[in-house]
Amino acid sequence: MSAVSVKPRTASSGKADRRTMDFASLGLNVAGVVAGVAIWWSLTGSGVVGLPRPPEVLSRFIELLGNGQLLRDTAASLARVLTGFLLGVLLAIPVGFAMGWYKVARALVEPYLQFFRMIPPLAIIPLAIVTMGIEETPKIFVIFLASFLASVVATYQGVISVDRTMINAARVLGAKDFTIFRRVVVPASTPFILVGVRIGLGSAWATVVAAELIAAQSGLGYRMQQAQLYYDLPTIFVSLFAIGILGLTMDRMLQAVERRLTIWQERI
Amino acid sequence: MTPKIVFDNVTRRFDLKDGSFLALDRFSLDVADGEFVTVVGPSGCGKSTALNIAAGLLKASGGEVTVDGKPVEGPGPERGMIFQQYALFPWLSVRDNVEFGLRVKGEPPARRREIAERFIDLVGLGQFADALPKTLSGGMKQRCAIARAYAVDPVILLMDEPFGALDALTRVQLQDQLLETWSRERRTVMFITHDVDEAVYLANRVVVMAAGPGRLQEIIEVDLPYPRTEEIRLSPEFTAIRNRVWHAVYHQQPAQSHG
Repeated sequence: MSAVSVKPRTASSGKADRRTMDFASLGLNVAGVVAGVAIWWSLTGSGVVGLPRPPEVLSRFIELLGNGQLLRDTAASLARVLTGFLLGVLLAIPVGFAMGWYKVARALVEPYLQFFRMIPPLAIIPLAIVTMGIEETPKIFVIFLASFLASVVATYQGVISVDRTMINAARVLGAKDFTIFRRVVVPASTPFILVGVRIGLGSAWATVVAAELIAAQSGLGYRMQQAQLYYDLPTIFVSLFAIGILGLTMDRMLQAVERRLTIWQERI
Repeated sequence: MTPKIVFDNVTRRFDLKDGSFLALDRFSLDVADGEFVTVVGPSGCGKSTALNIAAGLLKASGGEVTVDGKPVEGPGPERGMIFQQYALFPWLSVRDNVEFGLRVKGEPPARRREIAERFIDLVGLGQFADALPKTLSGGMKQRCAIARAYAVDPVILLMDEPFGALDALTRVQLQDQLLETWSRERRTVMFITHDVDEAVYLANRVVVMAAGPGRLQEIIEVDLPYPRTEEIRLSPEFTAIRNRVWHAVYHQQPAQSHG
């Protein structure tokens, strides 16, 4: 019974410890960022490197935000990323499950998967442009392919690594295949799937900019391409920051979802 | 009275790259209704194989297992199983784990809750009904697994070294608790262990098996009264039976002596 009285105390002190830790590391994070900006400022200010100084980038940021261009570009890129990414993940999950659950599906799909995994999605861009034109379709397709390939492997791994004993436990409790799939395999492979989804999102971002560099009339990648022509470095900086911050924000959101859904996992 | 579980010349062969391996050779055993049978033997004696065949998780290569006269053809909720690795569903609370089999059965929520509550209390986890398995100790996890197996109202409990991963003290506590549960909710139990003391302490009969190939060696009656207590555990009668079982396990005759 001692476990009952001891447990809440250790749990709460553990949480408090973690909070102090969080504050400490957050402080260090902020210090790191401030130091980075300071180094950037001092290097560019002294003219050692030919890059724009922080205030120039900041004023360009305000200007682009004011005339709505930054928001338009961001919206265009974001729409592509989200469409391609969602389509990719939505297809990857059933395909990954089918591969993990049915040997036939695995044998049929695996060669294609392994082959296409070896081709960087960006290498598909020329083919996509020739066959699908320069509208939205080829860009979304490439992003779709990138996020699909990244998350399908993770899902498949998740399904095949579900503990056999757990499946047996469900079977002796009377569960049939469909119930085992829905109530055991799906929840047990959720952590793997979520890792795949995060990797997929990373590849989606990596791909969108490249796709926009090659053929686009809008988007953050297109904006950088234009700025390059005019030697407009502050605009390139603003676009890069926008991409980085958006990617980071989305990844953090997924991380929060992941933590929420896998709270039951034993962490070492 | 007809026996509850009948192993009739059950044989199991596993195919390997170079030939096959005889894991269980013509194993026959009758287990009476409400009996507590423990099975001991060295590793490779086929004890887990026999249990898995009875559970329907493994097919026999020859012979058959019948439960209440009906041949076992696959897993079913009338044969509950408890695993050494607990096999709880980590994303479900203790309560939801215990309710799992009832949900599969299609019991309405109110009834599920009522049954689960009863068995959670029976194994003494009442305060932890809403806890996730990761917050429980090994012994508590296994108690939850026992409640989960009991909840679907099985006629038999098949236990595969359920206390093998626990420390000695927890193990003794769980043995007493299992006997307590068994005396209140009488089921036919087939319990596998490699611990001779545990085998004798729990059982009506101890089945000793031998390896290479896995087979029945000897059946030893445990003529000690229930409830089993510490006194019994320390009694000369217990020691005598324990010595017999020990001898049967560790001084086995070679395979040909068995016909």
